[in-house]
Amino acid sequence: MSPPTFQELILKLQAFWADYGCVLQQPYDIEVGAGTMAPETFLRVLGPKPYRTAYLQPSRRPADGRYGENPNRLYKHLQLQVILKPPPNDVQELYLRSLQAIGIDLRKHDIKFEEDNWESPTLGAWGIGWQVMLDGLEITQFTYFQQCGGIDLDPISAELTYGLERLAAFLQDVDSIYDIVWTRGADGKTVTYGDVRLAEELQFSVYNFEFADVQKAWQHLQLYESECKALIDGYAAVKKKTAEEGAAVEEVRRYPALGAFDLCLKCSHLFNILDARGAISVTERVGVIARIRALAVGVAKAYLDQQQISFREAAA
Amino acid sequence: MPDLLIEIGCEEIPARMIEAAREEFGKRVTDLLQRERLTVQRAEAAIASFSTPRRLAVLARHVSSQQPNVEEQLIGPATKVAFKDGNPTPAAEAFARKAGIDIAKLEKITNPKGEYIAATVVRKGRSAAEILAEALPKELNALYWAKNMYWRAGKPERFVRPVRWIVALLDDESLPLEYAGVKAGNRSRGHRVLTSAPVTISGANEYVEELKASKVVADPAERLAQIRKALDAETRKVSGARWREDAELLNTVVNLTEFPGVILGSFDRAFLSLPEEVLVTVMRDHQKYFAVDDASGKLAPHFLAILNTDGDRDGMIRHGNERVLRARFNDAQFFWQADQKIPLMERVEMLRSVTFQKDLGSYWSKTERIRAAVSSLIEALVKREVSISKETADKAALLAKTDLTTELVKEFTELQGIVGGLYAKAQSHPEGVADAIYDHYRPESTEDPVPRSLEGAIVSLADKADSIAGMFALGLQPSGSKDPFALRRQANGIVRILAEHNLSLSLEQIFSVALEQYRVATELQGKLRDLKETYTAIAQFLRERLEFYLRDVRRFAYDVVNAVLSADANYVVDAIHRAEAVSAVRLTDDFIAISTAFKRIKNILRQAREGGKKWPDEFKTDHLLEPAEQALGARVTETRDRVLSLRKGRHYQETLNHIAQLRPVVDTFFDKVMVMAEDDKLRSNRLALLATMQRSFSEIADFSEIVTEKSAGS
Repeated sequence: MSPPTFQELILKLQAFWADYGCVLQQPYDIEVGAGTMAPETFLRVLGPKPYRTAYLQPSRRPADGRYGENPNRLYKHLQLQVILKPPPNDVQELYLRSLQAIGIDLRKHDIKFEEDNWESPTLGAWGIGWQVMLDGLEITQFTYFQQCGGIDLDPISAELTYGLERLAAFLQDVDSIYDIVWTRGADGKTVTYGDVRLAEELQFSVYNFEFADVQKAWQHLQLYESECKALIDGYAAVKKKTAEEGAAVEEVRRYPALGAFDLCLKCSHLFNILDARGAISVTERVGVIARIRALAVGVAKAYLDQQQISFREAAA
Repeated sequence: MPDLLIEIGCEEIPARMIEAAREEFGKRVTDLLQRERLTVQRAEAAIASFSTPRRLAVLARHVSSQQPNVEEQLIGPATKVAFKDGNPTPAAEAFARKAGIDIAKLEKITNPKGEYIAATVVRKGRSAAEILAEALPKELNALYWAKNMYWRAGKPERFVRPVRWIVALLDDESLPLEYAGVKAGNRSRGHRVLTSAPVTISGANEYVEELKASKVVADPAERLAQIRKALDAETRKVSGARWREDAELLNTVVNLTEFPGVILGSFDRAFLSLPEEVLVTVMRDHQKYFAVDDASGKLAPHFLAILNTDGDRDGMIRHGNERVLRARFNDAQFFWQADQKIPLMERVEMLRSVTFQKDLGSYWSKTERIRAAVSSLIEALVKREVSISKETADKAALLAKTDLTTELVKEFTELQGIVGGLYAKAQSHPEGVADAIYDHYRPESTEDPVPRSLEGAIVSLADKADSIAGMFALGLQPSGSKDPFALRRQANGIVRILAEHNLSLSLEQIFSVALEQYRVATELQGKLRDLKETYTAIAQFLRERLEFYLRDVRRFAYDVVNAVLSADANYVVDAIHRAEAVSAVRLTDDFIAISTAFKRIKNILRQAREGGKKWPDEFKTDHLLEPAEQALGARVTETRDRVLSLRKGRHYQETLNHIAQLRPVVDTFFDKVMVMAEDDKLRSNRLALLATMQRSFSEIADFSEIVTEKSAGS
């Protein structure tokens, strides 16, 4: 059996998790540094409502760009992200079956779950888990979320993050990410990862390291931040209104906490660009991280509050 | 006498926590059985504990199936309440009913409070099954984990990882217990991949063998032996080669495997052009591979990977691991080459954007502080005619932190310093500079050597003192088990460097130099605590580290250490010499006697002080009345001068012997002279004499700290 192409790998994993009953989401269309930051994870893990989802997520980390010159490093890589809330008892076995589904014969390989706890100070989030090692290669981050947006979680969600380029390079036995076969055309000719993405890696490395306008990026950051903050403050005002003046609960439910989250994501990405440009001084750095964290925590609180109201309504 | 087995099955437990948890679980079960009187004699020997990444287990052989019955005396109401005119009252009847015996069988007892009625009853022992089912879940729940987690809805318990099965057996009988929502039974699980069906444990004592049949080696010692044997066997494939012994790595891989195997892999010889430090770090720290040396002791292009499976028949696992290592080495090579494009000198400015600590600013500022401190310390040493190159030390201080801006250190943080040293050499800086940079984080553990050169030692001292001073100035000193900046380790390092380089710098000098840099740092104004108070806290902290060093590293007796440090805790080398001198004489009769005398002196002076008595600094010879005090006064005056000159020459042992020779005159003094005389003039002069002795002869060690009673020694 020949190894799957890059896109077959994605399709097979998606099919596996769709069969399991996950909502197959599409990638979130705002820049994120990791699949965790997409609302399908960051917001869905909050509150009591069970949820299962799988989605592909391009993750952009401007500082990791290498102008397409390094065979193992990318500015933008693809993750397949699975959220199981709550996790089933056989979640590890389920995960191992997903590896079989992409053609890995576990009897012929060495699998280890090695301690690796995940933490994101910017998101006020942390979890306990492992990096899954396949013949010495880290192929998946497996995390039991404990806290998100500064909020203790119950139920707990399990998050599986497959690093798709690594997995594909492993399966296809190639040494450079750019040599991964993305697909085979009708004429049998291969289209490689390099054909599809090399120019993008080069140009975005150039942009992020050399061209991104630092001053404008700061301005963008301030603009997004102030709007996000205003929305977070606005939520508290609406809540107060419903409590004191008996305004309709509908006011709360329609309040755009999700809009605020998009703005928060924009801030996070701009921070990453400024960081790649070396534009954030030591003294500023901690402060900016704290500012973004405040946005993420503020949105998480508002979102959770909305969920609880809807939940109560549904129960009543 | 049944055997007890308890196994808790989890998702993979972090390797670093398994050993301690296994021991604790074994101890908990041992203690439980003893507490509940379920053990026969020599219980310890019959208890074995097991662990793999997915399980902890304890097997206790020959447990009592039943607690023994015990006789117990219950005390009831006072006799005068229980009986009226020889007849039992309702109180007596109620007591007898409660105790479950006939009124006729009630006894009378007398205790200090009076006469009472009593009943002797037999408390029936409960069955082991009943007790264990109740108690074992509590023991499981009480296990200590450095980090644990919730996983179940409603968050009823925390454990290191989700609990998936429990086996609890008394011989072949399952114990009806439940923990974390899991009911115990006789079904365990074998190896994740090599077996599919659950393993039924047919009896507690069959546990180890039945697991082995399911490809799980439950005993970590057996896995260790298996790994060592396989490492040897694989290494023999390369003629003359040896694998690098590595206790820490062995311990890790033992706790990452249930059924260990070993494969030998190779890498391209061309990578051997990279520094060995880099190659070994990648293999050991990142991939958990053992490095291999060739017949001549040089790093060979091979590695040994530990598998958690029974072999690699198709060579796929070896192929995969080689691929990963190649990618890692390629990365390292890429970084190594890319980093060379910007020399270390140009990286100094880049340190402005690398945070040292959020309130203390960047590594650029730290570098400036270190350079200034190095310059002051070297000045002090040069004054003492120590030969040291100021130029070398300053260059090393300037470049010491620059490797933090390199890709290689960003990727392999544990190579900080080392990479800087290697780059400095590659960029043709003098060897002394490169070595000082290479060494300046040393010693990183008790086994790690101190910096090789004096210049490296001074840079290292300045760097460590700067970190300690800065953190203390922010109020971030270590407390209890919390020491996030590893300040204790750094302070231990300072003590060791001073000791092993035989440096006559005082701790006070080192830290006033370090704090001085913070005092003049205008950008830190307002962020720092009062620097005098900060110094007091640092001095106390360093004294504790010095005490630790003298006691636990140099193995001086604790009372010797106390005596020496009470006299002075500022000069490390000097403290060691004084401790050696005191240790040499402390068991001689004269010294023991003089130590006792000094304790007496200390007590007399304390009591006098508490009693409001006063005395002058110096005694007056012509106020000495009795012959015994005149003799002592004369000897004290004479000894004082002699001690002063001996001490200056650091002839500590001779000084101590000289002081010990005071013994007969001191003994006679205490025999014949009453210190606390009625006469004010006599008394205050005698007190002044004793105070002079205490002051003049306690500079090497405070003798009153020496333990003289035989029973108190160790």
